[in-house]
Amino acid sequence: MSAAVASSSLLPELIQHFSHIITVFLMVSGLYIVIARGNLIKKLVGLSVFQTSVYLLYIAPGKIIGGTAPILASQYGVYSNPLPHVLILTAIVVGVATLALGLTLAVRLREAYGTIEEDEILALDQQAELEE
Amino acid sequence: MSLAAHLPVLQVVVPLLSAPLAVLVRHGGLAFGLVTAAAWAAFAMAIGLWFQVGESGTVTYHIGSWPPPWGIEYRVDRLASFVLVLVSGVAAVVLPYSRACVGREIAREQHYLYYAMFALCLAGLLGIVITGDAFNLFVFLEISSLSTYVLIALGRDRRALAASYRYLIMGSIGATFIVIGIGFLYLMTGTLNLVDMGTRLSGVENSRPVLVALAFLTVGICLKLALFPLHQWLPNAYTYAPSAVTAFLAATATKVSVYVLIRFYFTVFGESLVFHKLPLPEIMLWLSLMAMFGASAVALFQNNLKRLFAYSSVGQIGYITLGLSFDSVYGLTASVLHLFNHGLAKGAIFLLIGGLVLGLGRSGGGHGQPTLDRIAGLGRRMPITCLGIFLAGLSLIGVPGTAGFLTKWYLILAALEQGQYWLVAAVLLSSLLAVAYVWRFVEVAWFRPSAREEAGQDEVRHEAPRALLVPAWLLVLASLWFGLDTSFTVSSALDAAEALVGSGR
Repeated sequence: MSAAVASSSLLPELIQHFSHIITVFLMVSGLYIVIARGNLIKKLVGLSVFQTSVYLLYIAPGKIIGGTAPILASQYGVYSNPLPHVLILTAIVVGVATLALGLTLAVRLREAYGTIEEDEILALDQQAELEE
Repeated sequence: MSLAAHLPVLQVVVPLLSAPLAVLVRHGGLAFGLVTAAAWAAFAMAIGLWFQVGESGTVTYHIGSWPPPWGIEYRVDRLASFVLVLVSGVAAVVLPYSRACVGREIAREQHYLYYAMFALCLAGLLGIVITGDAFNLFVFLEISSLSTYVLIALGRDRRALAASYRYLIMGSIGATFIVIGIGFLYLMTGTLNLVDMGTRLSGVENSRPVLVALAFLTVGICLKLALFPLHQWLPNAYTYAPSAVTAFLAATATKVSVYVLIRFYFTVFGESLVFHKLPLPEIMLWLSLMAMFGASAVALFQNNLKRLFAYSSVGQIGYITLGLSFDSVYGLTASVLHLFNHGLAKGAIFLLIGGLVLGLGRSGGGHGQPTLDRIAGLGRRMPITCLGIFLAGLSLIGVPGTAGFLTKWYLILAALEQGQYWLVAAVLLSSLLAVAYVWRFVEVAWFRPSAREEAGQDEVRHEAPRALLVPAWLLVLASLWFGLDTSFTVSSALDAAEALVGSGR
């Protein structure tokens, strides 16, 4: 009985905050992948997901349902703020550059170590340090 | 408008433009000339701005003539001008050094790319300091970070690649935390201008999004400035990067992050929120103490000279954040002073270690790492180089007569002012750890026989090339000079601290 009451008040709440829930879900899962995975490529995938969640954080509140682009004319009254979109355009470029650089480093690491598993790279480094 | 009115924007644009030009000329020597000229021009402009701020107070510049809350504003106050002088000055000294150094550490066809990346990194760091716009700050942060990852990966050892990758992951997480924080602030205030944000926050400063923003920004920036438990990227990055890169990063990158932290705490959030309503000062205090003792103790047990001083950097950052945690004029003065003094001393040390590595390579030891048994007896082969490291080391310890002493002095004043006598003891005790690790170097370099002496031969004097020694010694002398003549550093730091703490928020 009480569970039904809780769910009936929870559902509209969930729908209302849908974009935030998705944002936090992506954010946390991305961060988890970066930390939990040892594969260099998978880490970058996680990093990308993490960065992408931020795009939603900015974009979703900037959109007003029924809002138009900021055109100053009498027939349009409600505008969506264009600034978050511009900011995120910049952030996307930064994200792409980071991902590209990260993948480049992964390729170079593969050439130098013969592996893209973090634990194997660490083991090789430790071996080198003992020999030094 | 005269040229002087455009100094704030030229400060960033000149190094920024020199980067694509360096790529276009595709020639190591020409790229070197371009980027070095740009760095010296930036240094001259930073000094010009320092004087402008002294004459007419805070300098503001509206990009494209758009007025501040809408357009991007460049804003130079006392603190910003002081950090600009440090960053551009170190770049102007390190670049001539690079010329002699990269020839041996980086493949010839990559030289022009090295200079381009260096210019980008410099432009990014200067931009972070000068901009008054939160999102612009993030973009400059990423410009400097991305070029830093490349510069570190240029190191010869394959471990440089692993260090660079690690820094990329941690740095990007830090930067993303910073954008999340800025995003929350933007949602709450509807502005990106830092000063405007500060005034608009006054109505909503206790709301949860603002506290979340504070948390995200603090963690993100502390990752960048390598506060104690978040420092894991730093030791390997400093150890395996090319010598000139290590020196430049150690002297500037973490310092600029400290600047960002001060900017957000005092200009945006205001001290009453950061220091009086949250237990942030206590957390900062304990993390700083852990850095001062923990990281310095780890430094003691390092076998690689570069890594030893990298851990010492983590420890020294503890002093900077300790000063911040006091939330007083003296404490903040100590922080601002130490980011300058430590920048000079650590820059000098890493430049000179580059000279040592070169000397090791010549004696047939390969281009290996400066491990302690390899540098045994080097005090007799390269006396001037080793003397420089020793003198800069004195500044790390905080011996009277060196720049480092001033920092300790103001830290102790700040602790006494608040009646925390045990902190005075902590500052002095942690300095003893610095004595211990600097002495380790002295003992190995002067009192241990080198391989050649053990074989019964006399050690031949063989200094690092003059092109390496002159820039490095410039920084050594600067860190001695600013220990004796305190008019520039102390007055700037005091002015900056008074303006920030006394702003009444």
